Amino acid sequence: MDIFVQQVVSGLSTGGIYGSLALALVMIYQATDVVNYAQGEMAMFSTYLAWTMINAGLPYWVAFFATLTVAFVGGLLIERVVIRPVERAPLLTIVIVCIGLLVILNSVAGWIYSYIQKPFPSPFPEKPIQIGNVFFGAHDIGALGVTLVVLLFLYVFFRYTTLGLAMRAAAQNPTSSRLCGIRVGWMLGVGWGLAALVGAVAGMMVAPVVFLDPNMMAGILIYAFASATLGGFTSPLGAVVGGLLVGVIENLVGTYVSFIVTELKLTVALAVILIVLVVKPSGLFGRVAVHRV
Amino acid sequence: MTGAGVRRAGVLAAVAVACALPLFVSNFRLFQFTQVGIYAIALLGLNVLTGFNGQISLGHGAFYALGAYTTAIMIDKWSVPYGWTIPVAGFLCLVVGFLFGIPALRLEGLYLALATFALALAIPQILKYFEHWTGGSQGIVLSKPKAPFGLKLSPDQWLYFVTLAVLLVLFWLGANLLRGRTGRAIVAIRDNPIAAQAMGVNNALYKSLTFGVSAAYTGVAGALSALAIAFVAPDAFNVFLSITLLVGIVIGGLASITGAVFGALFIQFVPNWAQDISKAAPWAIYGIFLILFMYAMPRGIAGSLRLAWVRLARARAGTGRAG
Repeated sequence: MDIFVQQVVSGLSTGGIYGSLALALVMIYQATDVVNYAQGEMAMFSTYLAWTMINAGLPYWVAFFATLTVAFVGGLLIERVVIRPVERAPLLTIVIVCIGLLVILNSVAGWIYSYIQKPFPSPFPEKPIQIGNVFFGAHDIGALGVTLVVLLFLYVFFRYTTLGLAMRAAAQNPTSSRLCGIRVGWMLGVGWGLAALVGAVAGMMVAPVVFLDPNMMAGILIYAFASATLGGFTSPLGAVVGGLLVGVIENLVGTYVSFIVTELKLTVALAVILIVLVVKPSGLFGRVAVHRV
Repeated sequence: MTGAGVRRAGVLAAVAVACALPLFVSNFRLFQFTQVGIYAIALLGLNVLTGFNGQISLGHGAFYALGAYTTAIMIDKWSVPYGWTIPVAGFLCLVVGFLFGIPALRLEGLYLALATFALALAIPQILKYFEHWTGGSQGIVLSKPKAPFGLKLSPDQWLYFVTLAVLLVLFWLGANLLRGRTGRAIVAIRDNPIAAQAMGVNNALYKSLTFGVSAAYTGVAGALSALAIAFVAPDAFNVFLSITLLVGIVIGGLASITGAVFGALFIQFVPNWAQDISKAAPWAIYGIFLILFMYAMPRGIAGSLRLAWVRLARARAGTGRAG
């Protein structure tokens, strides 16, 4: 039972990271119908920036917030400069531009920082936290806490601010929003910026666990896809819940099912998703697309 | 000359150049062109599914791998003559693709893309798991087939001609398939599934069959690649292969048969050029190429050529009337 609780909590912690990245994907998807394949590499690049700042001697939390600012501006600029020229192009064209962005960021990070793994500091104490006779990793609990704070912040932003309302309007009905005086293009840019910010948090929370290297987000991004698919690409809440579920399932399967070796863990997670999709094609929380005849 | 006439002349010229190529280039270059031919077959397969039928697949690397391993295992374990392994690989992929197409019927757009993406991701791991058949991470080493009937051709030259022959047959079949009744049904499903159904098209059957045919093309390409490289290993069939194939059809031009050849040339040669330009960060150069290409030709190479042709024809008609 102790092991079970421990595994669930550690699953929730990684699940929170998958969930935040999934949320970043869903935010962009809802606004533009595009899955941003470069999301993971954007997060990786932000994490490298944080690493540079921390190595230059800045305190962790100063570097943390500075990175979030840079990530926000970077995301906004990428949308305005790189994505905007193909805004009206066919969907797959935009997908290819995102893939181009992915390889550029990955390659440039490898060029500047080399492909050697680097340790990344965790702001939380190393000593595990003991509750009853169960031990929890302090980083696990801390990362889960940070993720939840970010999600709460996003919820409040979208629910209670004018800018959040304008962004939701722009995503839902661009034409009417434009007629109401909302600058739809800039709303999209801000959406990309926020998604990049959420991704940066995920990157900085996962880097102490998986170590920093240019390919570190590849696996995480796949789990984020899985989470968003499981929860439904049309539901932000679904993305987060999907992330937590994927994290927990991954951990429990790894612990209790003996013939599943580590190499097959990913395959199992993917199989679960395929089964969910076949039963519920738009994910657990997704809206079913209704077509007009 | 009429549009069809120009096109026929163009195809004949391209085939003539392709046949004469081995006289002028080294074995290594020829090997690269064999690879272009192989990619072109795979891209045509993917284009039938994604470009013509509108089902996005990010997992065609899986069928490529299935074809390659079918050939490798048949030669390695049962010493089957290599020629026979190609149709078997194609048929096996047809069946597997058809079966995969049935659950895929329930998925649309993005969800289908992600489900197929999952397939592509799982493939290297699955291949490593069945070590007894696949040789695990070590893969299977084959020997390149030699030219038969005492022909004075190097193995690379022979494989080039085999690939070219298979390519021509498959492109001819594909063009006929897409031009006729079946092709119209496939395109109708993409453009308006409800209207297609109302016209009496069996959407479910056609979509699964398209998936099967597409997988078969890609499987044949995989089989040829196993012969050309004479080696298969799980890590050669990673996610990146599937993404490269998608890049190929979009760059080449969606829903275009000639687009497959342009796309194949791009995915074979542009990474090499990028390497020549910058040793330090070749993929950054490749990425920049990709993005600039999409800015300049949002509908791919074939799409831009078509547009240019239409403009030219219109301009000529304009001057004709004036004169």
